[in-house]
Amino acid sequence: MTAGSPPPAFLSRQQIAALVARDIPDGACVNLGIGMPTRVARYLDVSRDIVLHSENGILGMGPPPPDGEEDADLVDAGKAPVTLVAGGAYVSHSDSFAIVRGGHLDIAILGAYQVSQAGDIANWSLGGAGIPAVGGAMDLTIGARQTWVMLTLEGTADRKKLVGACGYPLTASGAVDRIYTDLGVLVPANPGFAVIELPAGIEVADLQPFSEVPVTLAEELIRA
Amino acid sequence: MIDKQVAGLSEAVTGIAPGSTVLVSGFGDAGTPIELVEALVGGPGELTIVANNAGFGERGIAALIRERQVRKVICSFPRSPEQYWFERRYLNDEIELELLPQGTLSERIRAAGAGIGAFYTPTAAGTLLAEGKEQREIGGRTQVLEYALGAEVALIKGDQADRWGNLTYRKSARNYAPTMAMAAQRTIAQVREVVPLGQLDPEAIVTPGIFVDRVVVV
Repeated sequence: MTAGSPPPAFLSRQQIAALVARDIPDGACVNLGIGMPTRVARYLDVSRDIVLHSENGILGMGPPPPDGEEDADLVDAGKAPVTLVAGGAYVSHSDSFAIVRGGHLDIAILGAYQVSQAGDIANWSLGGAGIPAVGGAMDLTIGARQTWVMLTLEGTADRKKLVGACGYPLTASGAVDRIYTDLGVLVPANPGFAVIELPAGIEVADLQPFSEVPVTLAEELIRA
Repeated sequence: MIDKQVAGLSEAVTGIAPGSTVLVSGFGDAGTPIELVEALVGGPGELTIVANNAGFGERGIAALIRERQVRKVICSFPRSPEQYWFERRYLNDEIELELLPQGTLSERIRAAGAGIGAFYTPTAAGTLLAEGKEQREIGGRTQVLEYALGAEVALIKGDQADRWGNLTYRKSARNYAPTMAMAAQRTIAQVREVVPLGQLDPEAIVTPGIFVDRVVVV
């Protein structure tokens, strides 16, 4: 980014969610983490059969029900009411985590405080005082065949999320396969990060202020 | 003659000793045996509660924490705006927390029910939650040694039961109940209804009665 040039056009959270949804293939079994990742469900291609797993024991989780049709016995990992799609099933909590830990999920999609150039992820603790809490993040990141992270870079130049090594407590080491951001899609490239997709009007140099380590263009982009 | 049904909540929770470890099913409010837990209010203290969360609002586990009957919570996610009673007691050093990854919590309970003394899991390897625990390379991955977590009591919520204690569940209210049912010396289930023996479809029974000691309709 040259001095005096306008800031890049950051994608919105909705646009990031749409990018992620676009890349989920037909037939995939996917867990969407709390926060930004839950938005992905709204953008899934309805012509694809995508099985959404919820850690509390649901396969085939569907969208929220119409107002007034909530069932207190049917909730997602964030305790919000959901539905079950045709083909869905319920499992016990330990079976749900056998699915997670046993490598049966194709993709786990989570938020993060930091991702390192080695694919380490920190997303459960900012350190310091307060109540610690972790949930299923550590299981998901080691168990899923792929781990995708969603995060926003805008405003983070002074507290970078793309790092050489995570300063916050780790969720897992070397787990992250892909990072979807408001300036494009990257992969940990150790060293550095490699950009595999740039939105229109964005250049690789636009991402560098938000990373502690070099960001380069990958040799093969998933979209030109 | 096997008849596990008891008449009411106080009979259902009779004989739970102070200092007991109590498994409580539920994920959020879904499947949480609120009435069984609240039947303990004013009763035994020094309890160790094992659950996904640490009680919401004024209900269930939160009521026990408010009444200072809980010395320790073993759980996965005790932090949210509604978990304020746990937060207050914890920040005042009045209650102990053992934090576990959610899958590890579940598998420790399952192991206890299945007679497995301990197991290795890749979850949490190299993180703060593996500190102080043995870690070992197995199959090319660092794995963390975890021990079975059994209990004196499990309080669970099912949908239908019969007098043998066979249980069905309703949707995602199932969650921890089938696992916890196996892992306690005494498993107490609250259900919506008890039906005559033979009426539950054997294909629909998720927890066979062998794991269940008492059933109460709530």
